[in-house]
Amino acid sequence: MPSDIIAAGYAVSYTHTRQAHHPRPRPRLGRLLLIALTLAFLGVFLVLPLLAVFVQAFAKGVSAYLGAISDPMAWAAIKLTLWVAATAVPLNLVFGIAAAWAIAKFEFRGKNTLITLIDLPFAVSPVIAGLIFILIFGANGWFGGYLRAHHIRVVFALPGIVLATLFVTLPFIARELIPVMQAQGKDDEETALSLGASGWQTFWHITLPNIRWALLYGVLLCNARAMGEFGAVSVVSGHIRGLTNTMPLHVEILYNEYNHTAAFAVASLLAMLAMLTLAAKSFLESRQPQLRHAVSQPRDRTRRQQT
Amino acid sequence: MIPAPAAATELKLHKPGRILPGFGLTLGYTMVYLSLLVLIPLSAVIIRSLGLGWSHFWETVTAPRVIASLRLSFGASLIAALLNAVFGLMVAWVLTRYTFPFRRFIDAIVDLPFALPTAVAGIALTALYAPNGWLGIWLKPLGINVAFTPLGVVVALTFIGLPFVVRTLQPVLEDLDQEVEQAAATLGASAVQVFLRVALPALWPAILTGFALAFARALGEYGSVIFIAGNMPMKSEIAPLLIVSKLEQYDYAGATAIAVVMLVLSFALMFGINALQNWAASRHQGR
Repeated sequence: MPSDIIAAGYAVSYTHTRQAHHPRPRPRLGRLLLIALTLAFLGVFLVLPLLAVFVQAFAKGVSAYLGAISDPMAWAAIKLTLWVAATAVPLNLVFGIAAAWAIAKFEFRGKNTLITLIDLPFAVSPVIAGLIFILIFGANGWFGGYLRAHHIRVVFALPGIVLATLFVTLPFIARELIPVMQAQGKDDEETALSLGASGWQTFWHITLPNIRWALLYGVLLCNARAMGEFGAVSVVSGHIRGLTNTMPLHVEILYNEYNHTAAFAVASLLAMLAMLTLAAKSFLESRQPQLRHAVSQPRDRTRRQQT
Repeated sequence: MIPAPAAATELKLHKPGRILPGFGLTLGYTMVYLSLLVLIPLSAVIIRSLGLGWSHFWETVTAPRVIASLRLSFGASLIAALLNAVFGLMVAWVLTRYTFPFRRFIDAIVDLPFALPTAVAGIALTALYAPNGWLGIWLKPLGINVAFTPLGVVVALTFIGLPFVVRTLQPVLEDLDQEVEQAAATLGASAVQVFLRVALPALWPAILTGFALAFARALGEYGSVIFIAGNMPMKSEIAPLLIVSKLEQYDYAGATAIAVVMLVLSFALMFGINALQNWAASRHQGR
């Protein structure tokens, strides 16, 4: 291995020359240049769009901004978005805990396949996530006739929006909990059980406190996506103003009507949600460092095998 | 039951005690929930497309407008993922190796594309890169039009994909043994040589994984693209948008056919990424 040779050479020079003790000064100029380049890139590429949202939102003054976000249609959109998130997040939370319990605490065949299947929604375009529910519940879908006969609306109504949101946010909480629960093993739980605790007591008093940061982390990310989802919801919502318009969809409608100030005003609320999410995420990572980097990757095998 | 042999070894390994409860309940719930929400709905696309008949399917998928949209989706995603690999490596390197003011803040901001709703990103990028926008006004004299062209699609997809490469690389960079690099430096290697000959070879699997993740995300992306793309058929219309417009015309068969093509490609990519990560993990352990 070349690295072994280099390491051996390093050991030799380390003992024989003083210079080796202080490796020659790293080129400061290059380092400064790289830092400057990175800051400039992130500034132009990430910070500037965020800034643009707020500048555009306040382009016509504070009263226009306040007027735009207190518009009844905007309020209806905000309320709907909160409702959808308040339904989807708890359901996926229960699923996440159940899935993590089964996967982390027990051995069974097909476990890796199950983990891959849980991640499946991440591989699917949001547009297709909406399409599948139209194919099932839409007018000429599998259950279309039945639903029409019984006057039940799924697609182009609240249930469809919730279903599409559930689909796209399904993996978030499970994937945060699985590695944390796997790392913690099951000794604590087995001790509690052997001391006479019931299954529920063990879960509430032992498991839940152990996973609380990962749980919050997953809920945070799940909520951000649930409130911000656009593609999937757009396909199933039908864009009925005041009824099936979530905040991101309302932003689109206002924007397409060239009502840019109002569009950016509602968008600024979502941007604030994003900034809050990032701040809370940073805080949780400082509480539990192993949560870091977990956000955007399917599953970090490298790290899991180390622990 | 499948878990019986595992349970037996468990009992032998641990002190006498009861096995944890809830396996049947949690696994059962997981399977039912996953099937109802993901597996059965996804199979609907496949089953529906089987009903199309091969010739109809092929005709739909090879229509010039569909081919053009798939080509744009692929080409733009590929370029965006390449840009992400380059810039993501730079950002990850600087964030893990150097200390500078506000580093923690900047580290947090890298996840912005992940936290910002895609529609918001879409209108913000359009406002910036439109001919009269903050950036567009500078690019226009250079003859570069970003908004409402395929270039706009690339910009939006690069924005969306950046965190994937950075977040995949950071843990690997942190684990990298810096002594080897210092050793190379003491032996007279220049900073560039150290990077190219020592650091980069160890980073390749992570770069490739991040690239593939960014590519996969870009392929299906919709919200951030449709505002900046202009959505001209044959020119700047991405495949997910074509699915939506077919749905709006009640052409369910056409939408399903394109969806199947995209699903197959996405799943192939996902298996590729899984294989990549296993390979990276085994390499990691082998060191």
